[in-house]
Amino acid sequence: MKEEQPLGGRLFTPTFLFCLLFFIIALFLLAKRFMYGLGAVTNMSDGYPWGLWIAFDVVVGTAFGCGGYAMALLIYVFNKGEYHPLIRPALMTSLFGYSLAGLAVFIDVGRYWQMYNIFLPWYINPNSVLLEVALCIGAYVVVLWIEFTPAFLQKMGADSAKKSLEKIMFIFIALGILLPTMHQSSLGTMMVVAGSKLSPLWWTPWLPLLFLISCIFMGFAIVIFEASATSTRYKIADESHMLSKLSGIFPWMIGIYLLVRFADVAVRGHLGLAFKGDLMGNMFLLENLLLLVPMCILFMPASRNNARVLFFSAISIILAGTLYRFNCYLIGFNPGGGWTYFPAAGEILITVGIVSLEIMAFLWFVKRLPIYHRA
Amino acid sequence: MKNQNYCSLNEKLSEISRRDFMKFCGIVAASMGLPLSAGPQMAEAATKAKRRPPVIWLHGQECTGCTEILLRPTHPSLEHLILDLISLDYHETLNAGAGHQAEAALKQSMKENAGKYILVVEGSAPLKDGGKYCMIGGRPFVDIVKETAAKAAAVVAIGSCASWGGWQSSSPNPTGATGIPEVLKGTTVVSIPGCPPNAYNFLSTVLYFLTFGKLPALDEKARPKFAYGRLIHENCERRAHFDAGRFAKQFGDEGHRQGYCLYELGCKGPITHANCPSILYYAGAGTWPVGTGHPCFGCTEEAVGFKIPLHTQAEVSQVTPAAAHAPIETAQGKGMSAGAAGVLGGVAGVAIGAGAMIAKNLGQSDEGE
Repeated sequence: MKEEQPLGGRLFTPTFLFCLLFFIIALFLLAKRFMYGLGAVTNMSDGYPWGLWIAFDVVVGTAFGCGGYAMALLIYVFNKGEYHPLIRPALMTSLFGYSLAGLAVFIDVGRYWQMYNIFLPWYINPNSVLLEVALCIGAYVVVLWIEFTPAFLQKMGADSAKKSLEKIMFIFIALGILLPTMHQSSLGTMMVVAGSKLSPLWWTPWLPLLFLISCIFMGFAIVIFEASATSTRYKIADESHMLSKLSGIFPWMIGIYLLVRFADVAVRGHLGLAFKGDLMGNMFLLENLLLLVPMCILFMPASRNNARVLFFSAISIILAGTLYRFNCYLIGFNPGGGWTYFPAAGEILITVGIVSLEIMAFLWFVKRLPIYHRA
Repeated sequence: MKNQNYCSLNEKLSEISRRDFMKFCGIVAASMGLPLSAGPQMAEAATKAKRRPPVIWLHGQECTGCTEILLRPTHPSLEHLILDLISLDYHETLNAGAGHQAEAALKQSMKENAGKYILVVEGSAPLKDGGKYCMIGGRPFVDIVKETAAKAAAVVAIGSCASWGGWQSSSPNPTGATGIPEVLKGTTVVSIPGCPPNAYNFLSTVLYFLTFGKLPALDEKARPKFAYGRLIHENCERRAHFDAGRFAKQFGDEGHRQGYCLYELGCKGPITHANCPSILYYAGAGTWPVGTGHPCFGCTEEAVGFKIPLHTQAEVSQVTPAAAHAPIETAQGKGMSAGAAGVLGGVAGVAIGAGAMIAKNLGQSDEGE
């Protein structure tokens, strides 16, 4: 099989400059945040100590970053080596997703200068879910960079170093499967702790399982989305047959997920809340509809071969997973005490800036580093 | 009040301990909503005067319940305070002497303390047939009131009978029973209605007058506002049940036993002005009609007590049940701003646009194949 190659081409495209503009705006707002504190740019409060940054940048962001995890599961655990060409781009999105989630946590934590204490073993509280997530994500970021190192070494021409690294890579691949399994389910566990503050439409002791399944199908959806998007812009090897085959997983995974989801809500006797017509009920319906529709569509092999249908199905699945996480962390969450929350403009613009950084990094990586197989 | 100061007063106060005395003054000040410092001030005013303030107490058509409430409170030394703080020169129930001797004491006190004494009237004055239905020492009561009031520093009508006629004035009112304010038109008669009235409302008013040399703020019926400014309904301990629609339907039913609102049993709380639910009657928790499970019958309110039948439902005019309950939590945090909505809209627009462009290109590559 041919090796991955940089795609080359001009770096400062209009898209890149557009993203740069938003990144600069975010830098300005970040300066404000670090000078005057969280209250200066965010709407976070004693009632909502987490907001858009945690819900989107971390909880959704790391789920977007599960492409690498999902593909590794498929390729290394289920031994489907045929999908190997998809692993490096998937790893790259994971790298961005997780690194920027770490950055977002640093921005979000009020006393960021104390953050290093998380990593000091003598301060560890072994009963804390949040600690498990923090350590796990921190470790996974390091693992991702190590997993991605061959691309840098290849670029630098350090073949011997690359070879010796690849000899021990199986350790990191194993870790790269273990760690997301742990912390993606723990992201669900965190809201188990919220108890009655979370609407019964979302609160369930099964939250960890639902978070785990949903992060995997979101990971696959991201791989399809990203491959579809890049294939239209860059001359890369045709991956459409792989994507079609990959998408055959969706109906089964989503089917299992929806079965657990609805059975759980129904058994707990709260299904009626879904049809109350209020915000929470509608969000619940929308979230599951966004999964049900692509599930039905992708059940038919013909639609799996249509690039456009596949692309929209992937978007629908990504949106569903995103909405599920927003519902669990913000929309379905009511801390009591009359608190309300909607992200401030500054808060949103910082998130937009971080996403812009991600896109810029993506453009730089694919053009200068060996990620894709060229056509 | 310092202890040594109190020692010099001890003589006057006989068996009352300093603590009980200060407690009493404190309660009086608090029930009027005066600052804490008013308590000692009142104590000084009551004890430092060269002569204890003279009080002439007249009885007309009444049951002596108002005197009883002042004499028989459970508070151990209140009766001492009443009798030792003031110089009760004439009081038909408590006079040591009787007959001409008592009347002579009245005459003498009026002469000696002209313009200085406090006149308290208990009971209504019958005006029909020349006032012959209540004669004292051969004179109609109404004449005695008029004569005594002319030289008084202040006139207080204690109880509902004196305030507006009370139960004797109920239809058909055969004696023409009339309240003292009506008898002494043109004179300010402080009314302390109630059957019986709360002793603290009376004592607070008198001590306020002694301390500050003026009467407390009065309403249009000359009732002290501190005691009669609010409806019983407003401060009732069972108000939450009223608002929640939980009512006792009959005596002894489940709701009654649960302590629900007594409105449907005829409680006049919604139309009666008094501070009963706030200061109760001496003993503390529950010692007032509603607290014992009986509806308020409106004893302090003219045209309610003794006029409207006991179990007739009152018309709730001022305060109606809440259509919606006040939130127990106040809104906090920041909602969506125009800027945030705009930014979010922009992001959504760019995302949809980008998605559409990719989809279009995907379509072309499909067609190209």
